[in-house]
This record gives sequence, structure tokens and C-alpha cells, in this order.
Amino acid sequence: MRFENKAGANSGVNECAGKAAQDVEMDEALRDFRLSVCAWSEAAISRPRAAVAMRRSRNWQLATALALGCVLIAGGVSGGIYKHLHRQLAAGWEQHPQEAPITVARAVEPDRPSAVQRNQPAREEEEDLLASVDSDVSQQVPAVMEPLAQLMAGDETRQE
Amino acid sequence: MRNTTKTVNLQPARASTRVMAAGTALEPIIMATAEKIAAEEFTAVVTEHRPRIFRFLLSLTRDVDLAETLTQECFLKAHRNWASFRGESSAMTWLMRIAINLQKDYWRNRRMQFWRQTQTHAVDLDDASEWLPSGERSAEQILLARERVGQVWKAVEKLSQRQQTVFLLRYVEEMELKEIAQATSLSEGTIKAHLSRAVEKVRAELGVKR
Repeated sequence: MRFENKAGANSGVNECAGKAAQDVEMDEALRDFRLSVCAWSEAAISRPRAAVAMRRSRNWQLATALALGCVLIAGGVSGGIYKHLHRQLAAGWEQHPQEAPITVARAVEPDRPSAVQRNQPAREEEEDLLASVDSDVSQQVPAVMEPLAQLMAGDETRQE
Repeated sequence: MRNTTKTVNLQPARASTRVMAAGTALEPIIMATAEKIAAEEFTAVVTEHRPRIFRFLLSLTRDVDLAETLTQECFLKAHRNWASFRGESSAMTWLMRIAINLQKDYWRNRRMQFWRQTQTHAVDLDDASEWLPSGERSAEQILLARERVGQVWKAVEKLSQRQQTVFLLRYVEEMELKEIAQATSLSEGTIKAHLSRAVEKVRAELGVKR
């Protein structure tokens, strides 16, 4: 009975020792896993990357500046060429006016009556109407204003 | 060896200064001071917790660039919501929660489609297990340890998303079950169940019988 108990106790001890060994193995594996992740993250977080970022941003700045410079130069050159050509054309038209596009307009111009000419009769009619109204008003001067009207008439005759 | 996390809560201080200074000429000055203190506190939180958040995201994604991007996103989100942080949990748990949600959203988020296409950036399991400090071990021990780490990585890869998260929070970040429950919005019972299954799978991969 005692022997059996001893044997049972021994097997229990062995089982516990086995479990402990397994747990130790598992614990070691998990501890190594943690250490590995920590080492990797520390190496990754402290890796140099600022210099690369700076270089990239500088490259972008350089590219942008270059593009803007090209646009400005192209604009300046094309503006200069346009002005030069325009002057040349103007000089050519001065020497040969018949070639200038404005001569077409000049040729057509005499056929059309100007706006002033078209409105001439209407203006004359209006002036006549105003003159007749003035004379009517001047004739209807009230009796009280008669001396003043005579004086004005006298002044007008003197000036004439 | 567990990291102790400080609880940062600025809300009561800010509220009291507002009440004291309300309607006085000092109000803008006190408000500015409170904001300055809050900014300093947030800077301290970033400095303290950034490596841990990055490490967790790195272990979850195995992609350095993606982990960095998600870490930046995490702290940007935290900064935006810093005023609403009431200190009910520790700052670390709160940040972990943001990081987990961001990692979940990363598959669905349109802005992250670029990363979906560049999934190949994730490091191979063998490369991931290369990172191991030698310490005072012999070459044979280091080789054995690397092999074991590789097996753990293999087992972790086979876990479901939730099991992975819980396993990494427990065994890499060494968080308590309560903290994991707060960070993942799961009950402690669910956490225990996920953890138990995850550990069983790791055991099976390692060939350790129970």
C-alpha cells in the first residue's frame, strides 16, 4: 500500500516536473518572441530617415523652381517675339498701306454715312422747336415784368 | 518588469480654471496657460508611448512603413480627441484602443488602399525572427531561440485577427487582462477564451504537449 502510494507520488512529481519543463519551454519561447519584437521595433524606430525626406523635399523644391523658371523664360521670350513681329508688321504697313488690314476699313468707310451725318436733320428740327418755344415764352412776359423785358431788349439792341 | 502607465487627466483642472476665471480679465491668460499645459502633457504622452504603439502595430502588421503610418495616424487622432479623453482608462490603454481600431479600419479604409496593394512590404517570418539580442548565449542557443521565435511567428500568423491582437497585447505588450478588455472593448471572459485558444495554437506549433 505504501509502495503504491510512493509510486503514485513519484509519478505525480514527475508529471509536475514535466509540466514545469513544458511551461519553461513555452515561457522561454514567448520571452524570446517578445525580445525579438522589441529589438526589431527599436531598430526600425531608430533607423535614419530624416535625410531621405529632406533630399526628397529639396528635389521637389528644385523641380518646382526649375519649372517656374522655364515658364517665366518661355513667357518672356514669346512676349518679346510677339512685340518684335508686331513692330515689323506695323513698319511694313506704313511703307505699303494698301497691304494693311485697316485699308479695307478705309475703303468701305465713305459708303456709310457717319452717325453725326445721320442725326443731322433730327438735331436741326430740335433746335427750331426750342427756338420757337423761347420766342413764345418771351412774348408771354407778365405785365409786372414788362420794364425788365424792355431793359433786356434795350441791352440786346445796344450789343448789336 | 511590467510597464507602469500613468493616467493623464487634464479635464478637471481645465474645468476648475474655467469656472474660477469665468467673467474675469484673467480668463484668456488662464485659458492659454491651460492649453499650453495640455500641449506639453500631450507631447509627454507621445514621447512616452510612441515606441510601444509602434511596436504593437509592427508586430500586428510586420510592415515597418505601415506601422509608422498607422502610428502617426494614431497620434493624430489622439491629438484631435485629446480634449475628450476623460482619464477613465490609462493613456496607454486609450492609445492602444485607437491603434487597434485603426488597424481594423486599415483593410476597409479607402485612404489605405495604397497599403493594401503593397502588402508585399510585410517582412517574411524568417526575417522577423532574425531580430534577437544575443545576450550571453552560445551560438547554438541563439539558433534554437531563433527557431522558436520563427515557430511563434508562424503560429501567430495562423491566428484570427482578434486572437492575434489579444495574444500580442498579452505577451508582447504585457498588458493585464483588464487593460486588454478596455483596449479591445471585449469582456475579460472573451479575452481569456481568445488567449487560451491562441496559446494552445502556439503550443501546438512549438510541439509542446500539455
